[in-house]
Amino acid sequence: MTGADAGGAATTDAGPVLEVRDLSVRFRPRGRDLVHAVSGLSYTVPAGRTVAIIGESGSGKTASSRAIMGLLPRSAQVSGSVRLSGTELTGLSPRALRRHRGSDVAMIFQDPARSLNPTMKVGPQVAEAVRAHKKVSRAAARERVIELFKLVRLSAPEQRYDEYPHQFSGGMRQRVMIAMALSCSPRLLIADEATTALDVTTQARIMRLLTELQERLGMAILMISHDLGLAASYADEVVVMYAGRTVERASVSELFGNVRMPYTNALLGAVPRLDRAAHTPLPVVQGRPPDLSAEVPGCPFAPRCPRAGDKCAQRRPDFAEHKPGHWYACWYPLPDGAAAGHIGPADTRQAAAGGPR
Amino acid sequence: MTEPLLRAHEVVQEFGVRGRGGVRDGVVRAVSGVSLDILPGETLSVVGETGSGKSTLARSLMHAPPPKSGEVVFQGTSLTGLRGTALRDARRSMQMIFQDAYTSLDPLWPVARIVAEPLVAAGLRDRAGRRRRVGELLDQVGLDISAHGQRRARELSGGQCQRVAIARALAASPALIIADEAVSSLDVLVQAQVLNLLEGLRTSLGLSYLFIAHDLALVRQVSDRVAVMYLGRLCETGPADEVYARPSHPYTVELLDAVPRLEQAALGKRQAGDPAGDLPGAHGAAASPVRPPSGCRFRTRCARAQARCEAETPALAAVPGGSPGHLVACHFPVARTDPKSHEISRNEEQSAS
Repeated sequence: MTGADAGGAATTDAGPVLEVRDLSVRFRPRGRDLVHAVSGLSYTVPAGRTVAIIGESGSGKTASSRAIMGLLPRSAQVSGSVRLSGTELTGLSPRALRRHRGSDVAMIFQDPARSLNPTMKVGPQVAEAVRAHKKVSRAAARERVIELFKLVRLSAPEQRYDEYPHQFSGGMRQRVMIAMALSCSPRLLIADEATTALDVTTQARIMRLLTELQERLGMAILMISHDLGLAASYADEVVVMYAGRTVERASVSELFGNVRMPYTNALLGAVPRLDRAAHTPLPVVQGRPPDLSAEVPGCPFAPRCPRAGDKCAQRRPDFAEHKPGHWYACWYPLPDGAAAGHIGPADTRQAAAGGPR
Repeated sequence: MTEPLLRAHEVVQEFGVRGRGGVRDGVVRAVSGVSLDILPGETLSVVGETGSGKSTLARSLMHAPPPKSGEVVFQGTSLTGLRGTALRDARRSMQMIFQDAYTSLDPLWPVARIVAEPLVAAGLRDRAGRRRRVGELLDQVGLDISAHGQRRARELSGGQCQRVAIARALAASPALIIADEAVSSLDVLVQAQVLNLLEGLRTSLGLSYLFIAHDLALVRQVSDRVAVMYLGRLCETGPADEVYARPSHPYTVELLDAVPRLEQAALGKRQAGDPAGDLPGAHGAAASPVRPPSGCRFRTRCARAQARCEAETPALAAVPGGSPGHLVACHFPVARTDPKSHEISRNEEQSAS
């Protein structure tokens, strides 16, 4: 915020593309209690970098990304600050927001089949997106679309232009969605579980394509995923969310090398791995994420945490930068350099306290 | 050697496609001559991507619908030609669970009734006995009849729905459970819970499993043997430890390379120019099961393909120098000694060809 103020309205190359500060999202479902979907989320995405937001279903990762795009229903209460290249997005009119969506920030979703109109040829759908943001002729838009199809490595782009979505495989449809997202050269691409529904081989290809496009176009990527393995391979920084809050944030090498927050560690332990011996039990945490309609005073993970002490249920630990570039919120973090995936009451504190409760 | 619980011999499943005006336009060759055995207490995983025919294979084994040709022998009884009650009786000990547990449960029925249904079908008339059995079954999957028995599917989480589906499958006292992507859509922590549950049931009830999955990493922890499938045919099959450590078919190598690994975190973000991550066939058109390629069906995506692959269909044969039971259908199998050297060796081979 200070950097942007100092530099005035102009954006500097050094400044982050996206700056989210203290973002909260609340919903009030009809006749029910207020749901705190996202509480006090803060992170930045620098240009040319990939930040992964990791969390399980219901952790608020999708609600937060939709809040950035202004795609939440009107009933949602959004507070906090979202700055895109220095411009504040929260509180903008839908009309003003629409100018940013597509041209500055674009989004791709999990299900490319449902994102495309089945009754319309693929090429013209992408051309529509091009013409929505730039005043160009139909012929010029067509040319731009074929150029985009080449960029996302669709085979036979001229021929593909006049085909329908059902003639495309899942991976090819996602390529079309990426082409559409890139049509106005956004500075930020939000990929919300963009490869979750795809085969592993297709997923690897799409992720490689995104990495290549990022290198070429210098765009920032915000990757929303439940898959830590994916983040390990394709992200620069990881933000872990649990019950609407950030619980740990660090660069990929720091997070996977020195995981501190027990929840992140539990996620790491459960990732399917190729080097796991057959018929060995997976490390497991029992229970389910908390109900987000009740405000809990303590750490949201405390009821499931093997390391939790009395303090954890009563006072929420601050989400603080305990080491340069490594933030986490935990009263009893794992020791520095803990083996990834190891969970359990391993330290002396708990032995003294008589085991976890 | 022990008698297999299930033996499939040359199973073929095909479906007609209708073109314009309802005219027969072609045939989807979903499964083309697959043979496999499942031993008692063993877990076999069939892995392949969308369209490889792995789900169709599972349904053909259950004779739902029966395969076009080939034979399935389950618990010593051939299912070929069986119909109606005879077929239902023969395959009662074979149960299935699916990827989307929520839609596999009746939305209007309470959990207790869903789990009781197979008991009713099996002729357990005694109400109190049935209720007791439902309680036991729910307990086995980590649910409580008093807490969850009267809930509907919409009042359960995804993991709980899958537990109910497992309890329903167990109600028929099966010997074999076919799990078709049963944990693929669950959150990673829930996935671990359900995988551990299935593992626990395997040991306590002596079950056999057939896991269907698209991700080799997901079934690593449960598999005794794996079979890799591509466009309706088996490419490679063998003991899990062997196939994961020394994959022989280029497609298996591709599937293994595509798995995102946590170890990558220490090596840094994958770069676009990273040759080890260069997947063959990235630009090739997807092969169709309606017009499968001649010879080896994988050849259109394979970096090692030569003229012979087009002319001659490779048969499943013992991997040269491999361990017993490790079979591959490839004219030019990948030779690997060190499991970690494969990416380098493959690239050397590619540049040499």
